[in-house]
Amino acid sequence: MYLSGTIYTARDAASKRILAHLQKTGEMLLADKIIYHAGPCPKGKGVIGSIGPTTSYRMDAYAKIFAQNGQRYSIGKGKRSIEAEQAIKAYGGVHFDAIGGAGAFYMQKIQKADIYLFPELGAEAVWKLEVVDFPIVVSII
Amino acid sequence: MRTISVDVVKSAVKQGFLEICVSANRQVELALADLAKESKGLSAFALDIMSRNFAIAKEKNVPLCQDTGMAVVFCEIGQEVYLQGGSIEEAVNQGVREAYTEGCFRASVLDALERKNTGDNTPAVIHYEIKQGDGLTLRIMAKGFGSENMSRLFMLSPSLGEQGIIDSVVKAVSEAGANPCPPIIVGVGIGGTMEKAALLSKRALFRELDSTNQEPKLNELEEIICDKINQLNIGAMGYGGKTALKVCIEKYPTHLAGLPVAITIQCHAVRHKVIKL
Repeated sequence: MYLSGTIYTARDAASKRILAHLQKTGEMLLADKIIYHAGPCPKGKGVIGSIGPTTSYRMDAYAKIFAQNGQRYSIGKGKRSIEAEQAIKAYGGVHFDAIGGAGAFYMQKIQKADIYLFPELGAEAVWKLEVVDFPIVVSII
Repeated sequence: MRTISVDVVKSAVKQGFLEICVSANRQVELALADLAKESKGLSAFALDIMSRNFAIAKEKNVPLCQDTGMAVVFCEIGQEVYLQGGSIEEAVNQGVREAYTEGCFRASVLDALERKNTGDNTPAVIHYEIKQGDGLTLRIMAKGFGSENMSRLFMLSPSLGEQGIIDSVVKAVSEAGANPCPPIIVGVGIGGTMEKAALLSKRALFRELDSTNQEPKLNELEEIICDKINQLNIGAMGYGGKTALKVCIEKYPTHLAGLPVAITIQCHAVRHKVIKL
């Protein structure tokens, strides 16, 4: 399927920050948003640099607590753990695959990109992305 | 004695990385295009996107994968070479620094514990080998970590022999599944010590897809392992079909009590180059 709309990047370091924020304040950042497990290259001439998916199992540790708090939609690559899969299903979430390694291809599907949270994390900051015809495959539902 | 300025090394490293992070390996590009034609369903869909990605990266001059990797550089230095003008280590790192900064490549290198990014993808992982003669060869690789994380080391009991080697490589690839972005290339190092096996497995990846192993026995073993891996039916991004494009083996004598086997997995975004100065 092809996705058009707003998604937000979050990978290893940002997920850790989001969890810390949740534990400290009780607020779930990016609740009800679609998280894209990705970290872009610096932007050259376009709106953002190359940005394909990263391997999602590294975010498995956050899947249950994020889902419990309303963050249920993600895009990434590779196999999720059984625990992560169960958590996504239990809370009515969906996980999608994007095609790994296709950084330049996915870059072209992004029309607007802004840093949204944690700019100090550089490539691992949370980016808000407006995507058009962004190809994904349903992996867990 | 031959004098080579370290500036020449720096420029070669810089140009090398600027090229490999953007331009797909030609043989891999052709192999994926062929594979796409004979694939169906989601595998064909994934392979088609991979092929289009290669074309877009080249056309737009952007990295083909956002994980522009950790820079690995094997320096093979002739013992009759005099390196003039500074430190070769600093020259290699400066080449990496300039390439990653000017190329808008992602800086992914950080302190292993503090997780603080160095900002310019340095330091590179540099290996030095001293050889006879006055040549200087740089083997450079941008190694992404989706595949690097799936690499494995097995310190086998010698009693397991060849079958143990085959089983270990197949097990590593099977457990990796779709994580290392298949179709993959598998580098295998057999023998030596723990670190020697790992180095051999990394160095084996500099071979091209159409190469054959100079040792007939290893060539045969490469084919056996590649066939077994392809029976796993993992395929492009785990959607079924061909999993490994090639298996490349290097070996070294080892201790009578051991049989080290290291496996470095390379994703389909193969980025390496051999530069002779």
